[in-house]
Amino acid sequence: MASVLVFLDVPALPLPRAARELLTLAGSVGEPVVASARPLETELAEALAAHGARKVYEPAGDLDTVLVAAKAAFLAEAATAEQPAAILLGNSFEDREIAARTGIKLGSGVITDAVAVAPDLAVTKSVLAGSWTSTCRVQAGTPIITVKANSVEPADAVEAGAPARIELPVPEAGPAARVTGRTGKRVSGRPELAEARVIVAGGRGMDGNFGPVEELADLLGGAVGASRAATDAGWIEHSAQVGQTGKTVSPQLYISAGISGAIQQKAGMQTAQVIVAVNKDADAPVFEIADFGVVGDVFSVLPQAAAEIRKRRA
Amino acid sequence: MQEAANRPLNIVVLVKHVPDAQFDRHLTGPGHTLDRSESILSELDEYALEAALQLAEARGGEAAGNRVTALSMGPAAAVNAVKKSLQIGAYSGVHLSDEALAGSDAAGTSLALAAAVRAIADADGPVDLVISGMASTDGETSLVPAQLAERLQLAQVTFASELEVADSADGPLVKARRDGDSFTETVEAPLPALVSVTDQANDPRYPNFKGIMAAKKKTVRVLSLADLGIEAGQVGRDGAWTTVAASAPRPPRSQGTIITDDGSAGVQLVDYLAAQKLI
Ligand SMILES: Cc1cc2nc3c(=O)[nH]c(=O)nc-3n(C[C@H](O)[C@H](O)[C@H](O)COP(=O)(O)OP(=O)(O)OC[C@H]3O[C@@H](n4cnc5c(N)ncnc54)[C@H](O)[C@@H]3O)c2cc1C
Repeated sequence: MASVLVFLDVPALPLPRAARELLTLAGSVGEPVVASARPLETELAEALAAHGARKVYEPAGDLDTVLVAAKAAFLAEAATAEQPAAILLGNSFEDREIAARTGIKLGSGVITDAVAVAPDLAVTKSVLAGSWTSTCRVQAGTPIITVKANSVEPADAVEAGAPARIELPVPEAGPAARVTGRTGKRVSGRPELAEARVIVAGGRGMDGNFGPVEELADLLGGAVGASRAATDAGWIEHSAQVGQTGKTVSPQLYISAGISGAIQQKAGMQTAQVIVAVNKDADAPVFEIADFGVVGDVFSVLPQAAAEIRKRRA
Repeated sequence: MQEAANRPLNIVVLVKHVPDAQFDRHLTGPGHTLDRSESILSELDEYALEAALQLAEARGGEAAGNRVTALSMGPAAAVNAVKKSLQIGAYSGVHLSDEALAGSDAAGTSLALAAAVRAIADADGPVDLVISGMASTDGETSLVPAQLAERLQLAQVTFASELEVADSADGPLVKARRDGDSFTETVEAPLPALVSVTDQANDPRYPNFKGIMAAKKKTVRVLSLADLGIEAGQVGRDGAWTTVAASAPRPPRSQGTIITDDGSAGVQLVDYLAAQKLI
């Protein structure tokens, strides 16, 4: 069976859902093999094997101090060594850029925003801000596909032992920008927005107070999202932004609170399975796509819902 | 090296002509291509243009020898994206237009744009910066900037939310802030470099009367594939590395239930979540 190379930019334990999804998807198309952007600890390599990886390619040193270019050069080398049937990556901005450059190096087409990959490598992708889907194919080189989170149900881990490990020299990346400083995002204890199954998002209507949004998100084990109006106002960090220029999400449940639902916001969330909206303005465009809408004040509806959830769980 | 400091910059800004997202957009025809009848300058490229104009103005603008060239690739009507850029303030414009470009994917687009940037350098001198938007609002792939950096072998500074060009002993350096998915970075690169900017980078200016009048005097250079030494089969549908076999609108979301809060909406909301097995 042909192998499918899965690129993991920041592998960590516990293995993120996004990585498990990619391995599961790779396993449905061929034999999963991993290219890791950094050398791995034994437990991490074993965790990858437990999720299906037969083989892991690792760089002999750090790829981290230059942007993208080095990671793309490394992935291209791993692909040249492995000759896989396809290459899968996540759909983050950085993943897409690594895919982009690897595509040029390998003479391979790149398809972004995949929501499904068939065994014959036909790719279903979400296009036009989530309002259309299309079926695409790569017809030159090794298909390189970036896959949106929540596209497959990750398989459970199995007993596996250690994968074969192959070290590749750190490639010459060519001209590249240097990272001069990096601050990690505050760890919130909440799930990552891009992979969360439940998202409660607030907008201009939250008027500077995200408390009710956070409370409901925590009760539902969800992530907190925001519209651009709320991040621009500085009520919440920019990384919480959902939409055309923020994150695109496809959770099971998206609760939109005090967000009008302009096209740029919808672009990020309209593939959610269930959309609930709370907004004072009955004409807000978000109600056109909401499965359940409440015309009402976020500051009374959200706390009442939170209290009701607590009561039912008690 | 004294004369290196504050030397004028030669900047190329990528501007794409895209269907207006405010209207209903759809894919049509055997190639499943986008209906481009109601098209405008991509709103995300306005941030790229603004960034270019600010960097040039910080060094004395056009009078001091800086260049800001708006470059668009697309059908005849795409010249409107270049013209709008000239009205906003770009100093000159280039329109890469050729029948054979229709249906290009990101690989073909980056191939043609890279050749156009080289042609601009041949005509006007070395290009210091290529600045683009973070994504187009139609294809939304974000592949083009990184692919251009790869093809032109430029240092890549993508998704910049703050941007400056500072002078150093070794020549100008581009410094940027970049908001990744899980971190914020500061990065720097020597010129020449490729930069893509996010919508956090600045507040784009609007064309004013003076700009609109001035734009009438500016010329748009039109380039064809032959001018760039590219063969038709390398781009367009024939040269594309990806193909679309089918497309369909997402099934419209079935009309949901909308209630008006009578004091119990929070409880009704929880009833709904429970019925959907979401809590
Ligand atoms: C619905 C849809 C889905 C698609 N999916 C894919 C896919 O998965 N893979 C693929 O390879 N192609 C795909 N394409 C084709 C691709 O989007 C276009 O062909 C496009 O030319 C290149 O990518 P982009 O517009 O997404 O560019 P992006 O990389 O998103 O654009 C970033 C920036 O590059 C600059 N730029 C891009 N194109 C031009 C241009 N013509 N002129 C000037 N500046 C430009 C602009 O500054 C723009 O803001 C898709 C097209 C459509 C309509």
